[in-house]
Amino acid sequence: MKSLARTACASTKSRWRQYFLPGLAALALTVCAAAESASRLAEALAAIRAVGPEGQGNASASAAWKKLIAGDGGSLLAILGAMDGASDYALNWLRPAVDAIASRELKAGGKLPLAELGKFLLETSHHPRARRLAYEVVAHADPAVAERMLMGMLNDPSLELRYAAVQKLVDQADETVARSNQLSAALLYRQAIGAARDATQIEALAKKLAGLGQPVELVQHFGFLTQWQVIGPFDNSGRRGFETAFPPETKIDLTAEYDGKGRKVRWQSYTTTHEYGMVDMNKPCGKIKEVTAYAVTDFFSDTARAVELRLGGKNSWKVWLNGKFLFGHDEYHANCEIDQYIMPAQLQAGRNMILVKVCQNEEVEEWTNEWEFQLRVTDSLGTPVRSVAPVSSNNSGVSN
Amino acid sequence: MKTIALSFCLAFAVSATAGDWRQFRGPHSNGVSDDAPASGVLLGTNCLAWQTDLPGRGLSSPIVVGDRVFVTCSSGLREQRLHVICFRTADGAKLWERQFWATGRTMCHEKTCVAAPSPASDGQHIVATFSSNDIVCLDLDGNLIWVRGLGRDYPQVGNSLGMSASLLVAGGVVVAQVESQSEAFTLGLDVSSGLNRWKLDRPKGANWTSPALVTHDGTQLVALQSAKGLAAIEPATGRVLWNHTNKTSWVPSCTPIAGSLLIPAQGLTALNFAGADSPKIQWQSNQLRPGTPSPTVWKGTIFTLNDGGVLTSGNAATGERLWQLRLKGPFSASPVVSSGFIYCVSEKGVAQVVDPSKPEGQVVSEVELGETVLSTPAVAHGALYIRSDGRLWRFGRS
Repeated sequence: MKSLARTACASTKSRWRQYFLPGLAALALTVCAAAESASRLAEALAAIRAVGPEGQGNASASAAWKKLIAGDGGSLLAILGAMDGASDYALNWLRPAVDAIASRELKAGGKLPLAELGKFLLETSHHPRARRLAYEVVAHADPAVAERMLMGMLNDPSLELRYAAVQKLVDQADETVARSNQLSAALLYRQAIGAARDATQIEALAKKLAGLGQPVELVQHFGFLTQWQVIGPFDNSGRRGFETAFPPETKIDLTAEYDGKGRKVRWQSYTTTHEYGMVDMNKPCGKIKEVTAYAVTDFFSDTARAVELRLGGKNSWKVWLNGKFLFGHDEYHANCEIDQYIMPAQLQAGRNMILVKVCQNEEVEEWTNEWEFQLRVTDSLGTPVRSVAPVSSNNSGVSN
Repeated sequence: MKTIALSFCLAFAVSATAGDWRQFRGPHSNGVSDDAPASGVLLGTNCLAWQTDLPGRGLSSPIVVGDRVFVTCSSGLREQRLHVICFRTADGAKLWERQFWATGRTMCHEKTCVAAPSPASDGQHIVATFSSNDIVCLDLDGNLIWVRGLGRDYPQVGNSLGMSASLLVAGGVVVAQVESQSEAFTLGLDVSSGLNRWKLDRPKGANWTSPALVTHDGTQLVALQSAKGLAAIEPATGRVLWNHTNKTSWVPSCTPIAGSLLIPAQGLTALNFAGADSPKIQWQSNQLRPGTPSPTVWKGTIFTLNDGGVLTSGNAATGERLWQLRLKGPFSASPVVSSGFIYCVSEKGVAQVVDPSKPEGQVVSEVELGETVLSTPAVAHGALYIRSDGRLWRFGRS
């Protein structure tokens, strides 16, 4: 028996050596290679994510980029995933890597991990731009599936996906109008304008609804702040007023009187009735050149939260929130659009004070008379965040 | 382009000796190609080699390096999508495309767009910039070398009407003129790394001109123009060699001509900078005033296009006006010259070929492209490249 057992054992060992060992070795090599490949990919992504301002990290990123694009379609998900939390600098390294790999694989007849890309796309916690990119890869490979997926994205956190979904709905509504079914079309347009966040798309939809006898209150829809206390004019000779800190930049005292340009100035209430919430400083301050003025308002929030202050205007301006300077731009009479400047900011619970400085220069042409701004508070998508009712009388006397 | 087959006979034939077109207004920043004169043959046949669709808008000029033509476009929501595309010159096949996201503001006047400035190349790198102040550098095969987001690095810079200064590459340095009312500077970026080699403060103010590459006595200098004058700098260091502080246009750019610069100022000003510590005004002529297009010069004769669509010819030595020829305008694209013919493409997409050797100049060929064209054409290797917001055409047989 022992002998038989020994023989059997020897035979098993022999088979083990003959068949299983090479298989295991191959498997181990594969696992090692995969691990090494994953490690190389992770290193390359780390190098790219490390890029910073003024070209920092570009040299390492360039070397890493070449390694990155050597990967196959399977590496696309890792690259897209690396966009989560990446800086805008890094995103511009990662995006063309996806382009390069996807186009090469498709050209070579290779397969892309479409199921995984679709799953990535549906996980809204990922970076909106990464998801949009995943959508484009899917759309390139299977346009019909992508088209169907779009319909579920009317409220997507990716602005680009949401825009496309809204546009699809608009197209359907246009077809409905063409069939003379205006009531149904208006409902579809209503649904679309509720989902839309891009200002141009919203304005186009408002026109369509107005054409169907359903005008949209744009000030309300966009959430422009309309009620302000304003003071001015202060001097802006030689455009020096932009950098000059007049008293409102130090302290807001709505009862105070100051030396303005050529006269004493006091705070006064001003409510705009402009269709797009433009606060026209010519009205409270008079049509005057080489001047600056301030507008202040209270904004109440239930909770502390991140928001964006979005300003549009053709004049040089600065904005403060609760005394903290957010941003300013010293440019006159160039161009104006809704959400022209977007400033990330942090609201505190309760009362918040928004201060805007807006300057007028020396130019005399008719088109340089504009001395105005519009401002709204939104979330990161552009959804209006509205001021809640004040909880006490401890405020500047004006709120939206 | 419905009329292309009817009458188009641009003066392009293959010229093996012709050079690349690596930057806005060509190798000498004057709109003149290095085509050999012998290539100037009116073919009398359909010269369209190919045309291809583009994915977005663009006022930027195509550039040509060897057998590849490179184009930039902008598209998408708020024009935040930036494209750099490479086509094969022989057949228009797309070899690669890379897309980026704008990191700076993309707002522009509706006539222009985010892909307004032209890219540039040193023959090895393609460096593309956009109105959002994003700059990307790739090799000829589309491998990414570096990326800069100047709108993030310097958030004050930007023009709500759009930025349009094209890039230059000289002596291993990318010259990026980034000038606006709120902040103005010119950067010298290392072409290999994208890092700042130098940063020169510039007069604040809107500025849509582009730097010009000037070669004089075997050395290269770069002319930087703004509303407040013109400065000549050394590209390797950013050192200012001289300054001309008279008021100057902020739209059409200056044009180099041996030892002088033709500056759109007081009409047109010839500024002689050769052999003197400070430049001297040679002549000024209100009759040669350009509109939006920059002047060009060919064998001692200046050609300018004014806002009325009139092509004016002048003596480069004296500023004397020679003749005027009304074309089908208006024009945004600067005229280019190849083999003695002047190519003017109107905003309405009418490409007109002028023979300046005729006594009063003569339009010898014309084609309607059927699309708005605001971009200056490129001329390289015996071919003419024109781009619109939606299309790139190559004229001249392969």
